[in-house]
Amino acid sequence: MSSATPSRSATARRSDFRYKAALNLRSVFGRAYPRVIGANREPSWIFFEVFLPLLGIAAYVFIYQAFYNAQVALIQAGQCGSAACASPADQLAHLKAAAANLNALVGTVVLGGTMVAFWLNVLWSMASQLYWEKEIGNLQIYMMAPMSRMALLAGMAIGGMFMTSVRAIATLVAGILVFGVIFQVANPLLLLAVFFVTLIALYGMGMLFASLYLLWGREAWNLSALLEEPIFFSSGMYFPAGGFLMVQPWGPAVAVAGSLVPAMLGLDALRQLTLPGYTLPTVLPPGTELEILLGLTVLFLVLARFALAHLETLAKREGKLTSRHQ
Amino acid sequence: MNTYWRTFKVAAWLGWEMDSNWTEPWLFIIYSIIKPIAATFILVLMYIILAAVGNFSAGPLFDFMYVGNAFFIFVGTTLFGTFQVIQSDREWYQTIRYIYISPISFYVYVLGRAISKILVAAFAVVITLAFGALVLRPAVEISLPLASVPVFVAALALGLFCLLAIGITLGGMTFLMARHTQSLAEAVPGIFYVFCGVLFPLSVLPGWLQGVGRAIPLTYWFELSRRLLLSSADQAVLAPLTGLGGFSDLTILGFLALSSVVFFALSLGVFKLGEYLARKAGKIDMTTSY
Repeated sequence: MSSATPSRSATARRSDFRYKAALNLRSVFGRAYPRVIGANREPSWIFFEVFLPLLGIAAYVFIYQAFYNAQVALIQAGQCGSAACASPADQLAHLKAAAANLNALVGTVVLGGTMVAFWLNVLWSMASQLYWEKEIGNLQIYMMAPMSRMALLAGMAIGGMFMTSVRAIATLVAGILVFGVIFQVANPLLLLAVFFVTLIALYGMGMLFASLYLLWGREAWNLSALLEEPIFFSSGMYFPAGGFLMVQPWGPAVAVAGSLVPAMLGLDALRQLTLPGYTLPTVLPPGTELEILLGLTVLFLVLARFALAHLETLAKREGKLTSRHQ
Repeated sequence: MNTYWRTFKVAAWLGWEMDSNWTEPWLFIIYSIIKPIAATFILVLMYIILAAVGNFSAGPLFDFMYVGNAFFIFVGTTLFGTFQVIQSDREWYQTIRYIYISPISFYVYVLGRAISKILVAAFAVVITLAFGALVLRPAVEISLPLASVPVFVAALALGLFCLLAIGITLGGMTFLMARHTQSLAEAVPGIFYVFCGVLFPLSVLPGWLQGVGRAIPLTYWFELSRRLLLSSADQAVLAPLTGLGGFSDLTILGFLALSSVVFFALSLGVFKLGEYLARKAGKIDMTTSY
């Protein structure tokens, strides 16, 4: 008996906090590492992730530009809104208002474009990732490893945020340099708080989805594809989400449903905080939006924790944890 | 020829099964409709907000954007349908080595796999156009006179053929790429979205970018489709803006036919080159799973 003791103590499960914390931190770092380093080893990634998505954003910018041109042509022809221009000063005021609206709308698209990058990353590199790992045979190795599954997801999230930040920053820079958007930050602390809380809430949602996807087969991939355009729409990625409140009777219902995805409230707050003299329709004041986002963050992280444990057990029971191509 | 046809048929059937058999047919139909309708609604909301904030209306421009967006559904799905084949077989299903060594034309196989996506896209385009004409208020003024049907069908066939050729050209490049299908699916159509006058007239672009748009055959396809579908009142407003008013319908059809031949030849060349380089570098069945 005594000869077996050293061997057992060497392999026994350690449960002290310090050991567990170090193990999980190493897991977070280990899972984030390939996303940060591996992605940068693939040069084509820079082109596809940074440069080409700007074109999609440019299309929406040019739509607003086209309508702005039509509006300016009407004003120059003497039509100020629904009535004729009362005087040259009235005409000039309308032209200035149209230009200010254009800046706000283009800024809206640029900020939406940055959020689209994060949302796509959440969908394809967070939510779908465990499903993808299952498909390529890595999931069983993760499941056998001693770290917390949440540490694994946190590593994916941190790596994903880094990867996506490059694209998001490129979009912002292009917005300023190419499209001439003027950003003005009046409350930087609130802006930072909104930005980071939105990201954590978004990736928390991604963690929740990842656990749901664990149980699903090919539906997972299709669900991710389905959550692109409808979420771009319901979150107001390319237009002010407050516009929903102007469309009766279904608009407010879409706004309420859309606010479940943190991108909508986060974007609305970011737009109000960065675009000077923002006169476009809004959903709520930024402070209130931050409070709701904090609530969503806690909710998604807690739900992800429980869903992951529950669905892992369920997937094991139904024999779906390692089933591929179904 | 018989082998080509058999490969095409089986690949088309396989593509359809892979696209649709993950769920019930009714759910698949809803899935196929929701995405394009949501994309359309983005534009509708953009217009509503702009019109409300600016207190003006620009109906013909909205109709232009709406029809262009509906036809753009073909672009996204056809391109994705072609260039995702290699990566999904290689990285996801890991079956590419078995298909590749079978005695078939891999080019024809990729072509066949894309067909199911085109059929689903056609369904979504019809739904989107019908939604604009029948449900949306104010309605998009769409009509297709009987006399215009042959030109419309010819333009549609040539436009789709050209798209397939462009898709396979890109597919040839994916032989050498890591798994970036999703980024590619989002990014490449973005080029056409901006430069082909899909959502806004070419005249909105800076001069040199208008030249880029005129060099892409899809620009002419969108222009001709809109000419045939939109009302003459809309045409009168839009003609000076598009920059293509000087070309007759038949001239545009000629451009499309010529472009189809050129892109078909290009797709053959790039596909073969990509295949050759991938074989040489040992990348035909690589997996890139970070």
